[in-house]
Amino acid sequence: MSRYIIRRILYAFPLLMGVNILTFVLFFIINSPDDMARMQLGQKHVTEEAVANWKQQHGYDLPLLWNSEAQHQEKLTKTIFYQKSVGLFLFRFGVSDSGRNIGADIKERMWPSLAVALPTLLVGLLVDISFALMMVLFRNSYLEHGGIVLCVILMSVSSLFYIIGGQFLIGKLLKLVPISGYDGGFAALKFLILPVLIGVFSGIGSGARWYRTLFLEEVEKDYVRTARAKGLTETQTMFRHVLQNAMIPILTGVVVILPLLFMGSLIMESFFSIPGLGSYTIDAINSQDFAIVRAMVFLGSVLYVIGLLLTDISYTLVDPRVRLS
Amino acid sequence: MVILWTDALIFILILVILLLAFYLRGKDHIKRPLQKISRSKVGMVSLVVLIFFILIGLLDSVHFKPGADKGNEIISLVDYWATPLRKHGEKTYSAPFAATLYSKEIMTSADGASQWAYPRLQFGGAHLNNPEMEKIPDILQKTFYGFAQGAGLLTFFMILLWSFLKEQHKRLMKSSTAKAVWIVVFFIVSLTYTLIHLSAYYHVFGTDKVGEDVFYQAVKSIRTGLVIGTLTTLIMLPLAIIFGILAGFFRGWIDDVIQYIYTTLNSIPGVLLIAASILMVQVYMANHEEAFTSVIVRADMRLLFLCMILGVTSWTGLCRLLRAETLKLREMEYVLAAQALGVKRRMILLRHILPNVMHIVLISVVLDFSSLVLAEAVLSYINIGVDPTTYSWGNMINGARLEMAREPIVWWSLSAAFIFMFALVLAANLFADTVQDAFDPRRSGSE
Repeated sequence: MSRYIIRRILYAFPLLMGVNILTFVLFFIINSPDDMARMQLGQKHVTEEAVANWKQQHGYDLPLLWNSEAQHQEKLTKTIFYQKSVGLFLFRFGVSDSGRNIGADIKERMWPSLAVALPTLLVGLLVDISFALMMVLFRNSYLEHGGIVLCVILMSVSSLFYIIGGQFLIGKLLKLVPISGYDGGFAALKFLILPVLIGVFSGIGSGARWYRTLFLEEVEKDYVRTARAKGLTETQTMFRHVLQNAMIPILTGVVVILPLLFMGSLIMESFFSIPGLGSYTIDAINSQDFAIVRAMVFLGSVLYVIGLLLTDISYTLVDPRVRLS
Repeated sequence: MVILWTDALIFILILVILLLAFYLRGKDHIKRPLQKISRSKVGMVSLVVLIFFILIGLLDSVHFKPGADKGNEIISLVDYWATPLRKHGEKTYSAPFAATLYSKEIMTSADGASQWAYPRLQFGGAHLNNPEMEKIPDILQKTFYGFAQGAGLLTFFMILLWSFLKEQHKRLMKSSTAKAVWIVVFFIVSLTYTLIHLSAYYHVFGTDKVGEDVFYQAVKSIRTGLVIGTLTTLIMLPLAIIFGILAGFFRGWIDDVIQYIYTTLNSIPGVLLIAASILMVQVYMANHEEAFTSVIVRADMRLLFLCMILGVTSWTGLCRLLRAETLKLREMEYVLAAQALGVKRRMILLRHILPNVMHIVLISVVLDFSSLVLAEAVLSYINIGVDPTTYSWGNMINGARLEMAREPIVWWSLSAAFIFMFALVLAANLFADTVQDAFDPRRSGSE
């Protein structure tokens, strides 16, 4: 077991290295730091000195991959690639283009993101599974057909409309909760209700449909027939047997995205002006802050790789049949 | 005639589809699912709606320069036919079917007295003398005319068809699926005629902040949505098919390398990768202004880049499916037999493996389409989607979002985008379901 886990952890390093190389190519090779400096400083009337100055400020004044002027191993280390990569791997994200410390920002903004994303996930899971269970329990009835149609309709609406519609209906017309904003501590609760509600609602369509197929696959298996033959009612079979067995794919599916909850949701946070990592990223994209975007790309990949690792481990814990190979 | 990059790719795509259809015609294993689709009421109705959207998109993809001397302006056939809509801009917001502007202004009448009132629109309802009294009867009358025109044309066409197809008309007209299809065609054609007729006199969906007709914007957005939904697939498919099949068939180090590539790509959150790439494209375009002469060429390039990036980020899912399927297929008896007979590997891949994974490819293409159209809206909202000058539902929503705070609210841009997008995505989703039912062997077995 531990050998397996260690091997999985070791496999994460080449993955992250690949991500790092990819982002490096994207951010530094396709467009040279000079291009970026010109973009940041304004197009036409930029002097060479201003560009050099900007590059020096942000640590982009070294050669990209190979420093032929330096001594010995510094030929490799005194380059943008080395400097920036090592920083990322040590989670030292450096300063953003606007001069703020990215690491500190991320630490601070992680929690609001989680405060929105975690309840959305949990409530969403509960609602989706109950809805899917209901459809499977009453299969081949009008209830199921109606449910499927409803799911397709819900799926066909862009999430943007859910947000705008929800804000308008609940926030503006009914004036039940504030439209947007955030506050520390328990005062945040009233700001969180609406985003969580909308997040859950916009996920019902695809979520319930997905769980329905999972349950349907399970329902056709032999053990369910045995359970029915024993004389259990349909409800009992559903909750005692089908739900328990379907929990394995459901839980392992959830585990993958658990770490990514820290990243938050881009559009939710910017619509509800929640100071989380999602809105942080959007602000960075809009102000074309390359350092932040690069840091976020790397952070996201790390979290995803952790998620993969957790999935592997949880599979082996939940389902002993999975071989550790 | 001017051919933009996306136009060229769209036409190539259509050519490929036609060739594929020609190649597959009469093949039994394709015929059966197709017959199943053609019997499904929901599937056929949604297909009709999709075809209608695609037709508009195609017409909007034929670009040309209106006059030889007019410089850089490039318009499409749809623009050409909608010239009145395009040119009839108002000053600012106006509600659907309104004859006056959204906001009050100080107006000076002929005798010099000034008053604080809603000014009349320049074009919307300009033919009316007394809008309050005449508007509603006029709208009803025009709706009726438009509807009658469309209905009349279609009836005429159907009688013509009926007289030609006397022998077969029973099959074409009598089955319940055919009836549903004809009803939908009837409504679409009549509704289109009505809208076209009305939009000559009114702004059917109102006007936006700079006074542009919202109906025109929504129609123009169809092409953007379709391009994103289809061209992305065109870019994604070769990657997914080649890598997926190779990984599954050869296993060993090829499999390891390909798995490494797609796990790496997968581990970067999609939105962030798209954001990073689009940022880079922006920088590149800003530094190479001379390559992108006109606004429409630049917007088109950005659309193409977006499709490419979406394609690169979305091929991994299909690739994994294909790899798993190929792993299964390569142990099948007929593949083993081919190997034993000494058939070359290349031929085994082409003749035995590729045709047998095609149903997975087809299903995932139709399933992806609707999610790509939805993704476009979200990406445009975060400013990493299409160019701000491109007409797209995402840009419409983005522009309309802040208008919800106005009093009285400006709801029409948002509603127009919602209706068009919902129609397209719903049709695509329903059609995808039908295709999946017909082509997925697991599903068809249970019925």
